[in-house]
Amino acid sequence: MDIKILGSGCVNCQNLETNTRAALTSLGRDADVEKVTDPGEIVSWGVMSTPALVIDDEVVLSGRVPSVAQLTEILAGR
Amino acid sequence: MSIASLIDYRRLTMKLLHAHSSDAMPTAGSSLRRWGPVLLAAVVWWLLYSGNRPFWNRVVFDAVGMDPASHWGEAVHFFFYDISKIALLLSGVIFLVTVLRSFMSVERTRALLGGRREGIGNAAAAGLGVVTPFCSCSAVPVFMGFVAAGVPLGVTLSFLIASPMVNEVAIVLLFGLFGWEVTALYIAFGLLIAIVAGTVLGRLHLERWVEPFVFETKLRGKQIDPSKGLSWDDRLPMGREEVVSILRKVWPYLLVGIGVGAVIHGWAPEAWFADHATGPFGVPIAVGLGVPLYSNAAGVMPLVEVLHDKGVPMGTLLAFMMSVVALSLPEMILLRRVLKPKLIATYIGVVATGILLTGLLFNIIL
Repeated sequence: MDIKILGSGCVNCQNLETNTRAALTSLGRDADVEKVTDPGEIVSWGVMSTPALVIDDEVVLSGRVPSVAQLTEILAGR
Repeated sequence: MSIASLIDYRRLTMKLLHAHSSDAMPTAGSSLRRWGPVLLAAVVWWLLYSGNRPFWNRVVFDAVGMDPASHWGEAVHFFFYDISKIALLLSGVIFLVTVLRSFMSVERTRALLGGRREGIGNAAAAGLGVVTPFCSCSAVPVFMGFVAAGVPLGVTLSFLIASPMVNEVAIVLLFGLFGWEVTALYIAFGLLIAIVAGTVLGRLHLERWVEPFVFETKLRGKQIDPSKGLSWDDRLPMGREEVVSILRKVWPYLLVGIGVGAVIHGWAPEAWFADHATGPFGVPIAVGLGVPLYSNAAGVMPLVEVLHDKGVPMGTLLAFMMSVVALSLPEMILLRRVLKPKLIATYIGVVATGILLTGLLFNIIL
């Protein structure tokens, strides 16, 4: 699984990364988590509300930081 | 609140839930769990807000024994009373506004603005700037996303000007301290400045002062609208979290603002302000001080409140507040990544001129 966190480095972006890593740990899965901070690249994903989560080249959520439980559900379904 | 109105409230929330919830029919127990804490918080909020002044009167003047007529008594009472009042107003409003705004998003706003011409587009952008949840930290992706989707430059700028200028914190604090007339004028002129400034900047055809890569950005990928697919169980915690995060962000500004306000309140002589602040240069000085000053509505409002008590005209104060909140250095630094310095300077110049004229006009009509 290939995971990207899109965001300019604000507090929420770090929270999303922390929660995503926690969700991955709780699922016992290993994934490549990459942070994308370049605004041009963020916008080219069609994202304006940061932070956003991209899993396997698909934007799955944008503009909010879900809880670890919600993220676990999202990740488990993929 | 009586038992009867409590029951009415329950019925109302049940109705709302039936109308909006997409998941299974909520049981009475689940809606009580969801709305019970909200209702309880509202009652506690009201009790605290209405008991604020008597409480601090009793603590500062009766229990501690300070003299209400002394400089120290006035300053200390003002500090505690004002900090409690503003913190309460902020918490209540941020919660309400965040929950309501969770139905809107910049994605939805962009879809509404796509293909609009200048003029109507600028007005729509300014109005949407007020209701759309937007953090100045995402000013760059929003700017690029709007321009890449074909929203005209001037219309995009109207959105970016209105969003911080007419903000919920400023509106509620103004309403709480000065009543609805001043608040309505603030909203109306904030929108007008955003519309006119965006139109002027659009007419100047400043696309050459936008970094070229903005126009080369291609949109790919599926668009996600963050306002969709949320239940009340998502929206209510969003409100709570926003209250915590905003209070955590603004409290230093609030403390400094109220501290300076308390000193002015206790010591600054009214005669000095009456002589010096009512002249024709009051508004230009206010804007000149406000543009470089970086604070927010919550930090500025205590100053506005005491200066008003000391006789500084309302137009001068509103111009000061508008220039502090609408033009912030950190946002300009972020926008520098997509706008050339000449465009940023023009942007600041046009908005500051609008604020200046508004302040002068207010001083005539208020």
